[in-house]
Parts: sequence; structure tokens; C-alpha cells
Amino acid sequence: MRRRFLAQASLAAAAIAAARTRPAAAQAPVEIQFWHGLPQPLGGQLEGIVAAFNATQQGVKVMPSFRGSYPETMVAAIAAFRANAAPHVVQMFEVGTGTMMSAGRAVKPVHELLAESGVSIDFNDYLPAVRGYYQASDGRQMSMPFNSSTATMFYNKDHLRRAGLDPDVAPKTWEELAEALKKLKAAGIASPMTTSWPAWVQVEQVSAIHNLPLASLGNGFDGLGATMQVNNPVMVRHMDNLIAWQKDGLFKYGGRDNAADALFPAGEVSITMASSSLRARLLRESRFAWGTAMLPYYSDVAGAPRNSIIGGASFWALNRGPAGGRSAAEWKGVAEFYRYLSQPEIDAKWHMDTGYVPVRRASYQVAKSQGFYEKNPGTEVAIEQLLRGGETTPNTRGIRLGGYVEIRNIIQEEMEKSFQGQQNGQQALEAVMQRANTVLRNFERQNRG
Amino acid sequence: MRKTVFNGTALPLLLLTPQLVITAIFFLWPAGAAIWQSLLQEDPWGMSSQFVGLRNFTEVLAEPEWRGAAWNTLIFSSSVAVLAMGTALFLAVQADKSIRGANIYRTLLVWPYAVAPAIAAVLWLFLFHPSIGLVGRALNEAGVAWDYKLNGNQAMLLVIVAAAWKQVSYNFIFFLAGLQSIPRSVLEAAAIDGAKPVRRFWTIILPLLSPTAFFLLVVNLVYAFFDTFGVIHALTGGGPGKATETLIYKVYVEGVQNVNLGSSSAQSVILMILVIALTAVQFRFIERKVHY
Repeated sequence: MRRRFLAQASLAAAAIAAARTRPAAAQAPVEIQFWHGLPQPLGGQLEGIVAAFNATQQGVKVMPSFRGSYPETMVAAIAAFRANAAPHVVQMFEVGTGTMMSAGRAVKPVHELLAESGVSIDFNDYLPAVRGYYQASDGRQMSMPFNSSTATMFYNKDHLRRAGLDPDVAPKTWEELAEALKKLKAAGIASPMTTSWPAWVQVEQVSAIHNLPLASLGNGFDGLGATMQVNNPVMVRHMDNLIAWQKDGLFKYGGRDNAADALFPAGEVSITMASSSLRARLLRESRFAWGTAMLPYYSDVAGAPRNSIIGGASFWALNRGPAGGRSAAEWKGVAEFYRYLSQPEIDAKWHMDTGYVPVRRASYQVAKSQGFYEKNPGTEVAIEQLLRGGETTPNTRGIRLGGYVEIRNIIQEEMEKSFQGQQNGQQALEAVMQRANTVLRNFERQNRG
Repeated sequence: MRKTVFNGTALPLLLLTPQLVITAIFFLWPAGAAIWQSLLQEDPWGMSSQFVGLRNFTEVLAEPEWRGAAWNTLIFSSSVAVLAMGTALFLAVQADKSIRGANIYRTLLVWPYAVAPAIAAVLWLFLFHPSIGLVGRALNEAGVAWDYKLNGNQAMLLVIVAAAWKQVSYNFIFFLAGLQSIPRSVLEAAAIDGAKPVRRFWTIILPLLSPTAFFLLVVNLVYAFFDTFGVIHALTGGGPGKATETLIYKVYVEGVQNVNLGSSSAQSVILMILVIALTAVQFRFIERKVHY
């Protein structure tokens, strides 16, 4: 009760302050609060798009606000919702998708929002791997795809040359990669390979590329009752390989999340696997020739390689609080904002400016027609990898598991224990299954009601 | 001392109000909310909540991860307290001697206390990071396989040292003040009787310092329990694996990162009970041995 009063009081105060600064217009524009989690320079580029949108509008104004890292933005939005002061739109990283999908009436699904506002967006033109990640299992669009990336491999051409390898041909399979790592080591590179985002790249992507389930029920798309299925022979083999390579000094564990990003531009490692958006940093910091290639696969796995899955974030429309409370004009404003973002020209510009992938085929064409890929070799690798193998399968659509932020940390923790020599691949994956399933059951219990 | 007696109850209550209000807002209200929350099961958005009694508590206590964090906390807190107090006592005894520039040493030794925990952690990170840290790189080049991001024991050692370093200054001030309040005449008498410095330290200085040491023990343990979040967060994030996850860090991970409010609240209530118990034990048993 008291909390609600405080929230209302602060809202009222904010409204008064806002009213005072506004010129005495006949009708004040509807304000749309928009929270995002992109630090500079990306955040500034995003806010530039918002400003351009505002310039095209009379009745609506989007107010962007940076709320810290993705996880911090997510927690801030949840807390604001509980205090009846949620933003209209929040940018949520892909890991939080499962949590958002189960948020029930906290969330205004995109398909509902567009239908009510009479705005249409052609989602069929969106890349399947992007659109599918943010769809309900029946194909209805739940959130608005925006900045998407995927994982790619970056390699140091100078190092490859030094090891007597062809600098223009990157290893395609894990078998070839293992050979290359040995040669690089023999050529005096202390630790030839590392990986950023260990859980995303070495577990989620490896599962998708080999068309293997990460969890049952289509990686959780078909219900909250999903259980983890990572202890399959391919994952066990891959984990054992990483452990062995770490022991032999071929692979260096560089830390959780994107902590390993720094190792490649510094020239410490020859090969890294990281978000395709690492490109911007490499352009700025690397003092050597480097190339981009698709993630490797095991050549003896039938059906591999398939498309990789995306990372990045999408936009979610939120109700103000548990009691609802948005006007039709506000929803209409959000819908107009989404329509603006969906334009291929806007999306293509964002892609070319930042290194995220274009989320629509039409935007890909725009970038192509401008000669972007000839001028910037390597930038098309991420999109080609997302489109590899045709339509997505239930194993390559993405991941829809509640509490997945926690599960990713569990995966990283168990990998760390393996690299310390405490357990082998099978034991690590069994531990992941057991701990992650507890998280999934808790989430299911919390969201049943 | 003369006791002041108020007529009536209105004025005393009025004078007590600020303190009571602060205690109510900053302690009783949140603590009460935590206790209530610990009995509920809620979705992150707070749209459905269900009373589940003590289930959160039984689940937390049955978790191997929680017991691991409790063990880490025990190791971490006792090491931080011993290291921070031992170093501070040594430095205070040295700075208490009549040496040239004693004031400068004293001032320099107090500095780290003014450094915020997260900043302190970043300083240590720049020293000990295996690939960008000054000392970290030197160790690796000297053939020591130093990588606290992957070696749990090294990670624990690093957070202990970083957390203790910050607390040394605080302890130093109190120990120095304690040393300076020991009457010179007692020490001189002992010296005349033929007691050597080491003997004077163990038989005179240390017993007379015991009230200070006892106070610092309580403060240091509470510091290690609650205030070291920033150091751990910035240096290791509880990793590698769960090697440096203490109870307070686990409360944060559960509540803020995983938005699992029931379990997080249950853990903070358990922590509250533990610290109340610990402090009660300290005052009940250890205080008896202290000479005031």
C-alpha cells in the first residue's frame, strides 16, 4: 500500500516537473518511456534512432533511458513493474526471453499491440532464426526483434602464416581446428584459442549447429515442463575436447561472459569465438591482419552444420504494473515506434553502423545493394551462418527456458570446475542437468498460478 | 554522573523519535519485509504469491551450494579477521615507536580505509590479473601458474587479501589509540625489572589491548560477513565455479540476478540469525576474558 503510494507520489512529481518544462502546447504528446541496456557507443547510436523517430512524430515522444547492463535493466524493469511504474518499452537480452514469455499480463505481446493499434509489420520477412526466438510456440510474435548478433570465429592471419597454415582458409571443422591449434602451439603461440560467452558459444551454439536439443519440449518453446538434455554424446565429446585442450595449453579459458574478448585483439590468442559484434572492437584495437569465419562443427555428425542461434536483445512492451493501466494512445505510440524500427533502411543502417546482423532479409538486401559486404569482407559471415541449413528446426530456433540467466551461470561454473581438473565432460554436463533442472522446476512452480 | 530525570513521557519520547524512526525505517521495516517474503513463493513480477510456510528455508538448507557458501564464508571471514587484525597490530606497534616521520607513516597507513570496496578490488585486479596485472604477469613469467580466474584457491586468497587490506587501516587506528593509552609508567617499570620488549608485549601490552582487540574482532567479522560484497563482486563474481561465493554474495545472486525472492529472503533471514547468534556468543563468552 505504502509502496504504491510512494510510487504514485513520485510519478505525480515527475509529471508536474515534466509539465512545467513543456511549452504550452494545445495537446501534449504522449510520452513513451523506453529503457535500454546498451552502453556507449551503441547506446548513443540507439538514442539517435529514437531522436529521428521523435522528429517524425507529432503526438508521441519516446524518452530513452540507459539502465545499466542487460541483467541490470531486466531487474530494474521487474522492480519498477512491482512498484507500478514500469517503462512502456524495455530492451531485454535474449537470455531473459523465457522469463518474459511467462510474465503473463505484465507483457503486451507485439501481435496484440499491432492488432489493437491497426499497425502492421511484415514479420515473415524477418530472418527465421531471429523472429522465431521471440515467437510463442504457435508463431505469434511476442516481442520486437531489434539488435541481434550471433557467434562467429575470428582468427589471426599473421599467426596462421607463422604456423605454416593458409591465412585465407580458416578451419571449418573441429577436427581441422584441433590440428591447426597444435601447429600454432608448435609455432610458439602460448595459448592458440579462447572463447567468449562460454555457455552461449560452446554449449548453446554447439547444440544448435549439430541440430541437438539443449532441453526437451523444443528447447522449452512448448512448455514450462522442459528438462535439460545436454548430456548427449556430441556435447560430452566437445566438453572433453575443451578440457583436454585446456590441459595441453591449446585452449585458454578467458573468464565468464565476454571477459575473453580482450585476449584476441591483444594478439595473445590466434583464434577466438565471440559475438559477431566484437568486429567493431577489432577494427579499433587489432594491429594485425584478421579474418572472420563460421563456427566449426564435427564433420561426422549427421545433419550438421545447421544455423547458429542469435544473441542480443529484443524490445518488450510492458504494462504499468500488476493492475494494468495503459491507454490506447500509449499503445498506439509504442506500435508506431515499432513500425519505424522495422523499416529496412533503419535496420540496415543500424547493422552497418554497429556490427549487429540485419534482422530482415530486406535490410540485408539494402546493405548488399550499397556494396557494404564487398567493402567490408567478413561482415556477411554472421548472416550466412544464421541462414545456414534452410528453415530452423525445434533445436535451432533458440532457447526458451525460464530462469535462463541462472542456468547460463551454472553452465559457466561447471565448465570452470572442469577446467580446474575437478571433473570430466560427462560429470560437468550431468551437474549442469541436475542443477539447471532444479531451476526449471522452481520456475515452473512459481509461474503455474 | 548526575542522572537527568524528565517529568512526564512526552519530551523523552520526542527526543528519542529520530533514532526510533531511523531504526524503524532502515532496520525493522526491511527486516520485517524479508521475514514475510521468506515465507512466500512468488513469480518475479509479483503477480501471484502463495504462502508456503518454511519451505524456502528447508530448501535452502538442503542445497549443497548453500552449504558450500557457508563454508566459504567461514574460511573467508576468519581469514580476513585474523589477517587484518594481525597486520594492523604489527604496524601499530611499529608506528608507536619513536621513529622519525612517525606521523607520515601513520597517515599513509590510514589511507586505504577511504578507498571504496569496488575501487580497492579494481586496484588489486590491475595488480593480480593473470594477463593484464603487473604482479600477475610477473608471477606467470616466473613460472608460477597464477590464474585466479580458474584456480579457486588462488581466487579465495586474492579476495581475502584484498578485503583484509581495506580493513587494516581501520584496525590500525584503533590499535594505535589503544597502544598510546597504555600508561608509560607501567612499561618503564617492567623494563626496569628486566623484561625484554617481546615479554613486555605479551604480558603487558596485549592484555591491556584486549578490549580494543575484542571490539575489533566483532567489527571485523561483521565487515567480512556484510561489507565485502563489492570486493568479491568486482574481483571474482563468486567464481571460479563457486569458489568465492559467500553467504551475502549468494543472497545477491539469488535475489537480484535470479529474481528468486523467496529463497533470497530466506537466506538473508538465516544470515541475520547467524550474525545475531555470533555476536551474542562473542559478548557472552569472549568478553569475560577481556580486561577493561
